[in-house]
Amino acid sequence: MGAQKKRAAAAAAAARVSEDPDDLARQPLQAILLADSFTTKFRPITLERPKVLLPLVNVPMINYTLAWLEAAGVAEVFVFCCAHSKQVIDYLENSEWFSQPNFTVKTIESHNIISAGDALRLIYEQNVIHGDFVLISGDTVSNMSLTQALQEHKERKKKDNNAVMTMIIKKSKPSPITRQSRLGTDELFMAIDPNTKQLLYYEDKADHSKGTICLDKMLLAENPSISLHNDKQDCYIDICSPEVLSLFTDNFDYQHLRRHFVKGLLLDDIMGYKIFTHEIHSSYAARIDNYRSYDIVSKDIIQRWTYPYVPDVKFCGNRATKLERRGMYRALEIEQSRSAQVGSFTVIGYGTKIGSNSKISDSVIGEGCTIGSNVLIEGSYIWDNVIIEDGCELRHVIVCDGVIMKAGAVLKPGVVLSFKVVIGERFVVPAYSKVSLLQQPTVHDSDEELEYADNSSGTVEFSCTADQSNGEMTSESSEAHKPKLGTGGVGYIWSICEGGQEEEWRHSVAPIPEDKLTELSEAMDDDQELVTQDRTALSTSGELISDSNASEGDDNEDSKDDSVYFEKEVEATFLRAVEENVKVDHVILEVNSLRLSYNMTSADCAGAVFYSMMKLAIKTPHSSAIGLLTLYPSPFSMVASNAYPIYLSGELQQNTANIITTWQKLLKSYLLEIDEEIEIILKFEEMCLESAKEFSPLFARILHILYDKDILQEDAILRWADEKEGADESDKVFVRQSEKFIQWLREASEEED
Amino acid sequence: MDFQVVVLAGGTSKKLVPLVSKEVPKALLPVANRPVLSYVLEQLELSNIKDLIVVVEGADAALCVGGWISAAYVDRLHVEVATVPEDVGTAGALRAIAHHLTAKDVLVVSGDLVSDVPPGAVTAAHRRHDAVVTAMICSVPVSGLSEAGSSGAKDKTKKPGRYNIIGMDPTKQFLLHIATGAELEKDTRIRKSILRAVGQMDIRADLMDAHMYAFNRSVLQEVLDQKDKFQSLKQDVLPYLVRSQLKSEILINGAPQGQQAKENGNDKVSYRILANASTPSFHELYALGPNGSAPVRRTHKCCVYIASNSKYCVRLNSIQAFMDINRDVIGEANHLSGYNFSAQNNIIHPSAELGSKTTVGPHCMLGEGSQMGDKCSVKRSVIGRHCRIGSNVKVVNSVVMNHVTIGDGCSIQGSVICSNAQLQERVALKDCQVGLGYVVSAGCEYKGESLARKEK
Repeated sequence: MGAQKKRAAAAAAAARVSEDPDDLARQPLQAILLADSFTTKFRPITLERPKVLLPLVNVPMINYTLAWLEAAGVAEVFVFCCAHSKQVIDYLENSEWFSQPNFTVKTIESHNIISAGDALRLIYEQNVIHGDFVLISGDTVSNMSLTQALQEHKERKKKDNNAVMTMIIKKSKPSPITRQSRLGTDELFMAIDPNTKQLLYYEDKADHSKGTICLDKMLLAENPSISLHNDKQDCYIDICSPEVLSLFTDNFDYQHLRRHFVKGLLLDDIMGYKIFTHEIHSSYAARIDNYRSYDIVSKDIIQRWTYPYVPDVKFCGNRATKLERRGMYRALEIEQSRSAQVGSFTVIGYGTKIGSNSKISDSVIGEGCTIGSNVLIEGSYIWDNVIIEDGCELRHVIVCDGVIMKAGAVLKPGVVLSFKVVIGERFVVPAYSKVSLLQQPTVHDSDEELEYADNSSGTVEFSCTADQSNGEMTSESSEAHKPKLGTGGVGYIWSICEGGQEEEWRHSVAPIPEDKLTELSEAMDDDQELVTQDRTALSTSGELISDSNASEGDDNEDSKDDSVYFEKEVEATFLRAVEENVKVDHVILEVNSLRLSYNMTSADCAGAVFYSMMKLAIKTPHSSAIGLLTLYPSPFSMVASNAYPIYLSGELQQNTANIITTWQKLLKSYLLEIDEEIEIILKFEEMCLESAKEFSPLFARILHILYDKDILQEDAILRWADEKEGADESDKVFVRQSEKFIQWLREASEEED
Repeated sequence: MDFQVVVLAGGTSKKLVPLVSKEVPKALLPVANRPVLSYVLEQLELSNIKDLIVVVEGADAALCVGGWISAAYVDRLHVEVATVPEDVGTAGALRAIAHHLTAKDVLVVSGDLVSDVPPGAVTAAHRRHDAVVTAMICSVPVSGLSEAGSSGAKDKTKKPGRYNIIGMDPTKQFLLHIATGAELEKDTRIRKSILRAVGQMDIRADLMDAHMYAFNRSVLQEVLDQKDKFQSLKQDVLPYLVRSQLKSEILINGAPQGQQAKENGNDKVSYRILANASTPSFHELYALGPNGSAPVRRTHKCCVYIASNSKYCVRLNSIQAFMDINRDVIGEANHLSGYNFSAQNNIIHPSAELGSKTTVGPHCMLGEGSQMGDKCSVKRSVIGRHCRIGSNVKVVNSVVMNHVTIGDGCSIQGSVICSNAQLQERVALKDCQVGLGYVVSAGCEYKGESLARKEK
């Protein structure tokens, strides 16, 4: 065993030899291993056992990670345990990891942590990390050498103190049809500087509704050459400088390593922290993120891509296994009937019995399993001490420890059976169902929260009760839920979370069914069409129309969306204020907070407030007395519109005047400078042309009212008129209409002079 | 050769006023005392392309250009000069001459391109992939020398020299994204669908579209017919073709895609064979059905030919470019000029007369029959034919065209003096343009101005 192991370590990384001896001596390399993924993708299994202890080709996952860290030259590993921390710590204490020379494993335990961000903040407080460290989660399998990546990281760090992190990436093109990688993770879009390898853009939770990637114009101004990648996979192995921990502490809202931390650094241009990438080509690195990656990584291990971490090489605690022809691995003391057929790429664990005429292929069978006769197992993962009676069929499923399948039971592709479930005779478990002894938790955190806000204390409690009450629970549930899993069946079939049904096939161990692919590729055609269409529309507006409009088209869609939402929100706020008689000061406060959250200028606010006021004026029923025109006797002749009887416009004008009088304070608070006032005029003009044509005959009058109320200064009006001077004829309608008024203003100002 | 060549010689570009006028259209602006159009024609001649159509905007300009071509290339090239109305745009110009186009592919070259990139290389790249369009891409020219000059400084505070944002596949053969004009000021939006198909896209902001395109003729005509709003090849037609390459809307009558359209059993097989002949490009892979079955989507290919950095490739489309090109053609890129340089690295026509103590530095050119007085100094400048230059004149970084009279004691820096202009004594010009036949009166000093006769 010893000799084999040494060989393994040597083969894995001749790393340490070439490492700069001084550097290494000064600062032993540390690593943080997160023994909790802060996700719920492996439920229901993870309700009872932490993900890092799940067997991957008969070895708990964490051993792959630790073995790699040791071989890669890491001297000290901090294992951060959260969910089921007791189990993790117990396991590590009983393993050989605590007794390795030159390799220290320390555990850090916490229960009230809900995300990777919190974990790193806690580690920062403990002040145990002193230099560069490797950040990895305990479900990563790799055999890469860290030497080069580390060296690059250090050299960059020397030159540029802001280079805080090096991300390991690997080529892997996601399928254009399913838009996920072979590991079942979402497609990833990255922009990388081809020369420096700096990461410039990162989009993982791809928003499928958006057909484009938006690169900031500054990005291209600074980097004349950028590579956009859709063919890379994030290995979730990061080499970090100690600053990373303090960054997490400074930004207490960073939770997710990628979604918050990486994106936060990329967007933040004040501190100028930089993230770099290191691409590995021939070595292996993958993280087990979901059932599909569990399947794929298992197959990679069996096919020896992860050498030396393969079943027949002892790297930690795995039992002696022999590699036979056609990728068959067999442990000792297997009882196999002569007529049983064990196909290629299959691992059979210690002490397993296989009955006659059973067929097993592309599967992993754990230790101490009993498989009856005429059983068909294909592409499945059977863990330890599972009893499968005669005539069962299993295709592409995961079966956890202690499961009993009664004779003739059938598992359809994608099924997951959690610990100690019993499937009744001849029962057919439908595809993609998850079966557990524990009931499905009913609390559903809302959307994104779920991703990292789970698996915490709630889970721990759950598992405790499960452990204690296992006995009673089985008996109890077996009675209550007999019909669900057939006669003699024990366990609950989890209902698939709402909305998740569609996506279940994406992350399951089963291969993606053919009809799904066809369906998807058709869908792909459709949305391609959409994209093309909208691009054409965009380009015609952007390029073919004259300059005056081009500036409008310049706003990209995002900010347009934003401003539309903002406008709506302001309008809603304003209407509520009117209805509920909210004080002006409070409305100002509310609008201010909206402004901050949408990142708008005060000109936008002024425009939006004005817009809502005018909208209100239109909505207010034109009921009051006729002929109020006299109230605001305008010395300027007005172009009376045919469409609007004069009395109607009179009312409207009156309404407008009232509203303006009531809310002038609100409006004024955003009119800091002349630009904002001009914005209001422009807004008004736009309204008159588009959304509220009722105002168009009244334009000049309302302008006058606004002037009378000191909302608009004459400077603003005159500047607006000047600006419009060069515009198209169609644009000048309103300038014409208010010509006299403007004239009067001009003269007045001249007189003053 | 199944290629037709169209040279878009333009008319009297507004950008180049006052250098251009009715008598001197853009195509005839002198670069090292040769019309700029001659550089394109010569490159085409070198690639053994002798049949071409020169399209000129405006009848007057067409007359001038036609006259010059027939005089200069009478026995060497078969040139047809076509006249199109002014301001129809490049796409409009092609639309107007569409009935002349019959070959399978069309090479469209801008007449203001000064380059030593062989057009044959572009057509070869086009054919290799059977693309619908192949665009020549070159590095952004280093604008400058006169970095202190007004335009140089302005560019610097903005983004230096951004003409296009170009996205290519990693092999740098296919054009995946192109942004021009107003789009440059916006954030760049890259469509995910194409990125998904190709996997990796290299985006470059330091390259530009050199306005030399090879088009599949039937595709070009179809696009021009259907999209009657398209005015410019560069801003409308090319981006449209690039955008729609994975969702082709064009019905190609040509061989491969036609096969695809009327797909039956036999054709499928032959298509497969064709596709297997070389590694399929991402277009072909994308076109395939979900399980590698016969193509279900229509795609077309847009290719690029990237001129190597050692090649010279600049378009004469601004006054600054005019100065730069003149400087480069008698300087760094002097192989383009076709002249033999003297030991002093300059060209002085044997018939030119120099006064005593007059020096003409390297990278200078003095045309036929020009006379210079005493104690003059010429540095990095081009002086045309039959100019009369007085004594004590300094000409630095400037272009002086033909028949210009310069009085004693003038100082000309970074300026362009058009033909028949007259500078009286002690005129000092810096960064100025003097139009055709303009007279600058004695003792005037100008800086950064454009001087021209009032238009009639």
